Amino acid sequence: MAAYLTRRIMQAALILLGVSFITFVLLYLVPADPARQIAGRSATAETVANIREQLGLNRPFYEQYWMYLTALLQGDLGRSYVQKTGIGELIGARLPASLLLMAAAIAAELAMGLTMGVVAAVRRRSAVDQSLMVVSFVGVSAPQFVVGILLLYVFAVQLGWFPIGGYGTAAHVVLPALTLGFLGAGWYARMMRSSMLDVLNQDFVRTARAKGLGKARVIFRHAVPNAVLPIIAMIGIDIGIFMSGIVVVESVFGWPGIGQLAWQAIQRVDIPIIMGVTLVAATAIVLGNLLADIVSFFVDPRIKLR
Amino acid sequence: MKKWLLTGVAGAAALALAGTAQADVKQGGSMIVTYKDDVSTLDPAIGYDWQNWSMIKSLFDALMDYKPGTTELVPDLAESYDISADGLVYTFKLRSGVKFHNGRDMTAKDVKYSLDRVANPKTQSPGAGFFGSIKGFDEASSGAASGLSGVEAVDDRTIRITLSRPDATFLHVMALNFASVVPQEEVAKHGTDFGTNPVGTGAFKMTDWTRGQHVVFERNKDYYQKGLPKLDKITFEVGQEPIVALLRLERGEVDIAGDGIPPAKFLATIKDPKFKDQIVEGKQLHTGYVTMNVKMKPFDDVRVRKAVAMSINKDRIVRIINGRAVSANQPLPPLMPGYDTQYKGQTFNIAAAKELLSEAGHGGGFTTELYVANTDPQPRIAQAIQQDLAAIGIKAEIKALGQANVIAAGGEPDQAPMIWSGGMAWIADFPDPSNFYGPILGCGGAVKGGWNWSWYCNKELDERAKKADAMTDPSQTTARIEEWKKIFTSIQDEAPWVPIFNEQRFTIRSSRLDGPAGIFVDPVHIPVHYDYVHAKDAQ
Repeated sequence: MAAYLTRRIMQAALILLGVSFITFVLLYLVPADPARQIAGRSATAETVANIREQLGLNRPFYEQYWMYLTALLQGDLGRSYVQKTGIGELIGARLPASLLLMAAAIAAELAMGLTMGVVAAVRRRSAVDQSLMVVSFVGVSAPQFVVGILLLYVFAVQLGWFPIGGYGTAAHVVLPALTLGFLGAGWYARMMRSSMLDVLNQDFVRTARAKGLGKARVIFRHAVPNAVLPIIAMIGIDIGIFMSGIVVVESVFGWPGIGQLAWQAIQRVDIPIIMGVTLVAATAIVLGNLLADIVSFFVDPRIKLR
Repeated sequence: MKKWLLTGVAGAAALALAGTAQADVKQGGSMIVTYKDDVSTLDPAIGYDWQNWSMIKSLFDALMDYKPGTTELVPDLAESYDISADGLVYTFKLRSGVKFHNGRDMTAKDVKYSLDRVANPKTQSPGAGFFGSIKGFDEASSGAASGLSGVEAVDDRTIRITLSRPDATFLHVMALNFASVVPQEEVAKHGTDFGTNPVGTGAFKMTDWTRGQHVVFERNKDYYQKGLPKLDKITFEVGQEPIVALLRLERGEVDIAGDGIPPAKFLATIKDPKFKDQIVEGKQLHTGYVTMNVKMKPFDDVRVRKAVAMSINKDRIVRIINGRAVSANQPLPPLMPGYDTQYKGQTFNIAAAKELLSEAGHGGGFTTELYVANTDPQPRIAQAIQQDLAAIGIKAEIKALGQANVIAAGGEPDQAPMIWSGGMAWIADFPDPSNFYGPILGCGGAVKGGWNWSWYCNKELDERAKKADAMTDPSQTTARIEEWKKIFTSIQDEAPWVPIFNEQRFTIRSSRLDGPAGIFVDPVHIPVHYDYVHAKDAQ
């Protein structure tokens, strides 16, 4: 286990190094000259040259990458040219909101997905099963901005049950969490259904039935706990999926997290922020996958970590 | 020659605008303003976008400002000023009793420090170039000198600024945000974070900034202009899409949608009777234009350029953007001094355009490229232009690229034959025609990486422009503006641009708010002159 973990962490570090390199190359490919961005349209050529010098932009590529990397290792993500603020500070201020939203979305997707999956499996091939699978199919395939705007329009604008976007109270988190969770719920519903069907066909379930246990007891006491284990392990992977989802969902709902930060940065060609958020997201995805592997190991003894 | 302008004049001017109804407006109440993007920085030496421009104006003061809702200069921190006969020395007498938000008295030393700071290359101010006419600017901006030798604090209340060349726009420069007065000790304390901890002398002071959520301004009770600002508090909520802001405004949760009415909802909102009294329309110092690169064939021929100018149906383009603009015939916008109301330019006439084109030897038309930013509605506008050009036989291929790419292409001498400026168009930094010439139509801008995308360089006009800007004597103001008027119509006679339209601004506000109409579409305090907004429920 220890050897496995060490190797995985080394791999993770390598992946992140690769990500840092790719995002840095991005800075070179985008034709937004940072010196010009800072200097503004009224600047003289001299001012621009001066800023370029100060930022070290006229040094060779490898030297600049090395400067960026060493700063990164010291926890310095750089500075936004547009927002004129440290990236670390910008991300730090917004990370709690994103984590809160993700936690709420995980709760939402598990509640929706697992319930749908269990009901569909128990009522398999019925109209209930089929309509639930249609719902899950919609969840998996509907673009999140459409779902978000729809929920916002119906429940906030028309019915007035929830605030129209924003942040601050428990009511604010409901719609964005549902939007973000709806996609995952679709997957969980399908996985839970097939996992349940597997379990329901197992000998121990037949034995439980044969013992004369009630249907509810068989399902909730014996089948669900066994079916749910391999699925719980997927939460780690969800974190990665959420990282892309929050860019859209946070923007739709005006949720002050790092997704919204990234979206604004993309629109303003604020490359340092895009690089910073990409790195943070990549770290979360790598950690999430690692977590998923470790959790699977604990819930399913058949898995060997090598 | 002394031209002291007394405080009383400015005071009277402010009151005249305010009118009697404004004079007895009670202070109090609050408002919520929303924006999509985070506030970038509130450092007046650095902030240079639509959102922070007016916010900075409410936190800071400069020597000069404008009469609210207009483009007319009035002294602000200066009580009066005096210009030497040769136009090279400006002596400003400062108001007494002006305090920074930290309680300290503002003095001439602060003015000197603030101007030195903008010129200092370490500040990386995007506005540094505006101060180029101050003596010692080149030394200061290259880092060779620690400050501007032309700026002296004579005593606590007198600041003397010596120029290296006469500059008729200098008072406008002193009204720019970049010329705002900042306290040295606060800048020293916060360093590069002064932009998030702004301290000025302005009508409001910043009391809270929660990243990604809101910025709060509260009334500066020690503000030198008694009775201002009208509101006790402004909360700027950020991260709100314009469409959401509009919905919230409808529900009374928001008072001003800072980003305006989203294009998709524009017609419906404008026509909705319930918003009738809540929408204010105003002009802005903006022109949208098509450039033709005079260094590239066949646009080196003025007949071809004129034919293009005559072939474009500007009214149709205005309809495409739902009437959010008025069609243009010259580079200057109507709001700008020097706009020629008599000038007609090249009017829409396909037959005449075809004739000119065949005269130039292109009767069979030609193929060219039209560069355009790839965000709506720009490509749609480019398509309209493409159709118009096709009617006279010109086949223009549309190159829709990211804004930065279009700007880069325009800055190359031989890359973009035509560019539609939409989304990147010139909006004046200050209301003087000079600001519409140098960088975008003068020889100085026709350089690699410059903004003169038509690469039009007329040495004779450059000379005339220089002379016009040397007319610093106030008695020459009218003559100077007349000269600028002629410069711009002379340019348009050679048609390096096809001026398409001047954008209008529309501000939507809640019915809770009131104030003189002009301040909601202030041409300088963009988008809204926050100091003069008052809350009806506080009356």
